[in-house]
Amino acid sequence: MKIRTLKRHLNDSFKSLKRNGWMSIAAVSAVTVTLLLVGIFFAMIFNFNKISQDIENDVHVRVMIERGTTSKQKDQLQKKLEKIASVKEVTYSSRKKELNKVVGSYGQSFKMFTGDDNPLYDVYTVSTTKPSQTIKVAKQAKKLKYVYDATYGGNNAKKLFKVMSSVRKWGVGFTLLLLFVAVFLISNTIRITILSRRDEIGIMRLVGATNAYIRWPFLFEGAWVGLLGVIIPIIVIDLGYGWVYRHMALSMASAGYSMLKPGIFLFQLDLTMAVIGIVIGALGSVISMRRFLKI
Amino acid sequence: MIRMTNVSKKYPNGVTAIKDLSLTIEPGEFAYIVGPSGAGKSTFIKMLYHQLKATSGEIEVAGFDLIGMKDHDVPYLRRKMGVVFQDFKLLPRLTVFENVAYAMEVIEAEPQAIKDRVLEVLELVGLKGEIRRFPNELSGGEQQRVAVARAIVNRPDVLIADEPTGNLDPETSDGIMDILEAINERGTIVLMATHNKQMVNERTHRVLAIEDGRLVRDEKEGDYGYED
Repeated sequence: MKIRTLKRHLNDSFKSLKRNGWMSIAAVSAVTVTLLLVGIFFAMIFNFNKISQDIENDVHVRVMIERGTTSKQKDQLQKKLEKIASVKEVTYSSRKKELNKVVGSYGQSFKMFTGDDNPLYDVYTVSTTKPSQTIKVAKQAKKLKYVYDATYGGNNAKKLFKVMSSVRKWGVGFTLLLLFVAVFLISNTIRITILSRRDEIGIMRLVGATNAYIRWPFLFEGAWVGLLGVIIPIIVIDLGYGWVYRHMALSMASAGYSMLKPGIFLFQLDLTMAVIGIVIGALGSVISMRRFLKI
Repeated sequence: MIRMTNVSKKYPNGVTAIKDLSLTIEPGEFAYIVGPSGAGKSTFIKMLYHQLKATSGEIEVAGFDLIGMKDHDVPYLRRKMGVVFQDFKLLPRLTVFENVAYAMEVIEAEPQAIKDRVLEVLELVGLKGEIRRFPNELSGGEQQRVAVARAIVNRPDVLIADEPTGNLDPETSDGIMDILEAINERGTIVLMATHNKQMVNERTHRVLAIEDGRLVRDEKEGDYGYED
């Protein structure tokens, strides 16, 4: 396609978008609603994946020490832990140190929990000779005195993988359904605008325009609809994810897991949503005009 | 050249609009298509620019075999033809110049070529001074002249006119006929479906009469042959 033809198609698509006013707004709204839901699903699915990976990689037992346990009692606990069969190493980490880890991975705002406000526990991280021994070690550690709780990745992983699998199944199914509905809505909305331009398409065909030539302005119009429709979902999801990240991060960090950092993840998610928006917009548009291009 | 051999067209509802029609129109010919309403004239014309596909037979127009033609070749056939309708079919949001230029833009002609050629054909139809006006600011005759200009701007081999003077007064119709004959003199086949008895009788050309889907008369310099 020649550059001036491309310019002409782009110009025509802008004009048409403007001329169709409310219909364009209706189509944009369809994309907005769809992508908002799709974006939320994607954010959930990717974070579930991240957490499940964290869990898979976590072959340690985290032994949380009851608050108020003295140093002497902690030493006793350490010795008892070291005596458990299959234990390779026991490392102590104070709640202050744990908080520093959180601050390191989640940001300076978590510094407000320093001192008595720190909700974390002193922790013994127990590594085992074999990952398969973590369950046994965790169970034994839990029974010991001064232990608040002992967690290990495996059990959580099992539960989470079950949840993950159904979330993925339903999420993907629901997302596909949403995309289908969006394409349907957009194609119907754009079809109404195309109906009013049926004569124009007829004249274009009469003077020898190829179907591809006729299709381009409509395709661009659909793509603009998709691109405009993605603006609100991007803003809402970026703000929403930031908020969730700030509020969930601490409780998740205490269990040793972390969410995907907003920066790159949100950029990728926004880009994905923009591409989906453009594709479903253009697809909806092209589908709706198909029958006008038949002989 | 237009060549039709044993062409029939049957609609899905069972009506046969064209029955076993054969004819040849050589380059440079001017032919009227006459016949009562519902005789099959429109079907005949629509088959020529491949708006309708024939059910059987052979059709060749401007070097294209219309029967074996693939859908993606249809635009290239139409670039060799110009079509003019009774209701003009102009784009209301475009000016006179833009309406005519449109036919060249869709085939991605060079901007300078578009400008030169559009002004040339608008001069031929007597509308060079009206290039910035919109269709709704023009009379019926002027709109039809714009439609003719658009039909010939790509120098077609064949110009098909379906009742081009149907909505026009006799004087304006004469003006349109003058233009069509001028185009014909340049070697373009002009094929014109009409109910205008006076025009057919006064401006004698070949007459093809269609009745009940059959070609019933083909006269080199015929008359209208029907009572109004």
